[in-house]
Amino acid sequence: MRYSGFRVIREALTGHKGWQPAWRDPAPQASYDYVIIGGGGHGLATAYYLAKEFNQARIAVLEKGYIGGGNVGRNTTIIRSNYLLDGNEPFYEFSMKLWEGLEQDFNFNAMVSQRGVLNLCHTDAQRDAYTRRGNAMRLNGVDAELLDREGVRRIAPFLNFDSARFPIKGGLLQRRGGTVRHDAVAWGYARGADSRGVDIIQNCEVTGMRIENGRILGVETSRGFIGAKKVGCAVAGSSSKVMSHAGMRLPIESHVLQAFVSEGLKPVIPGVITYGAGHFYVSQSDKGGLVFGGDIDGYNSYAQRGNMPVVEDVCEGGMSLMPIIGRARLLRMWGGIMDMSMDGSPIIDKTDVDGLYFNGGWCYGGFKATPASGWAFAHLLATDKPHQTARAYRFDRFRKGLMIDEKGMGAQPNLH
Amino acid sequence: MIINHPLLGPRDSQEFTYLGDASLIDRPDWQAPDAVDQFHDYLYLRDNPAGEHRELWFHEQGDRSWLVVTRNVVTHEILNVELASDVARSRGRSK
Repeated sequence: MRYSGFRVIREALTGHKGWQPAWRDPAPQASYDYVIIGGGGHGLATAYYLAKEFNQARIAVLEKGYIGGGNVGRNTTIIRSNYLLDGNEPFYEFSMKLWEGLEQDFNFNAMVSQRGVLNLCHTDAQRDAYTRRGNAMRLNGVDAELLDREGVRRIAPFLNFDSARFPIKGGLLQRRGGTVRHDAVAWGYARGADSRGVDIIQNCEVTGMRIENGRILGVETSRGFIGAKKVGCAVAGSSSKVMSHAGMRLPIESHVLQAFVSEGLKPVIPGVITYGAGHFYVSQSDKGGLVFGGDIDGYNSYAQRGNMPVVEDVCEGGMSLMPIIGRARLLRMWGGIMDMSMDGSPIIDKTDVDGLYFNGGWCYGGFKATPASGWAFAHLLATDKPHQTARAYRFDRFRKGLMIDEKGMGAQPNLH
Repeated sequence: MIINHPLLGPRDSQEFTYLGDASLIDRPDWQAPDAVDQFHDYLYLRDNPAGEHRELWFHEQGDRSWLVVTRNVVTHEILNVELASDVARSRGRSK
């Protein structure tokens, strides 16, 4: 069933009796050609592009909970492609281009809104760093604009420009950046994959992997054994847990990141604004709530909730950057588990086990990467070759010294 | 989280800086024939268990001692706190 304005009107006139569930709820078959572990954004996108772009069939997505219940429904919905390093920037720009055509592609309203992402700078050195980053972006064909103080003031006059400690000197603006309704991304990909024959199997946790003579034969799950020619793991947050079934140790730690939303307010924040002097970034949802967040809590965690010191830190950052936020009440806050990798960049690669592929290590930047991650992982699964924009995301980059370390923090996951 | 410091008693975790898995105490022998592999695994790979985790915390805003904290990373419950120097010595380090 295609969604359209005409369809909405027709259903409105006939009592909305024609709507159907957006995807089936099938029981698992005995075996598949492709089993994708993880029904989050990346896993669903992988299945969708495998079926649609690489013409593969007999695909299943295994999800231990329900679709949209993990990190794809817990992030702060920001999309951007404002990276510095060559290993990253073409990949995230590929993702941005996919975002731009996504809703037409999968016929679902994901509310892609390119309202701009503005990174503020507060010192001369930071402005130099943003100039460099903006130039690197433009060398990769991405839009970037360096704003002076007045330029920032025109966009966001309510900011605290004259803070004695952290005056706003300007900012780096990517106008094509913005926000997307994250649940709709999961639903859109799930519906698109399902309509192309992908089995989306919920409440199905992988509890083991059957590996013989260095080749994967399938996965043990809470709903029985499922055979597979190729298995792709896209479970960022729980990657170490799942890959330990294959005896692998990963260059990843799991950390908790918190996010917050205020009560609904009239439109005040035009795009996404990030504070350059503290851990704080904010946007406003179409419902009116201020959606904001800060840094990870900083210690290993699999609990999908954080602790109070970071709540305080984030709110202090908000008050310092835009004192008007002090009048808003915090409505909800929650946590999600991040794969924090050793250089702050992801991994999309084969493993030493034949037929077992890995996608993870997204740190707290996985949402914006969803379409490109799915496409690149589908490319790897279908052709056994890395996608052109994801060639740097390999396991062996640590051994070879080819880290993609945007922040230059070294092998210290809680600092990326 | 409250960390029960072996010398100072219960202290707020905000006074501490987190480093990571306590296996970082066991620095490989740089003269071993497979030192390159050992250091790769030591520096980059982690067990990252979902359950009990032994990890290094530094009392930066306190007495500047290193602690080995055993913590359940699913519930954030702290189960045991030791001085890292004691742990290292018991493993034959820092004689």
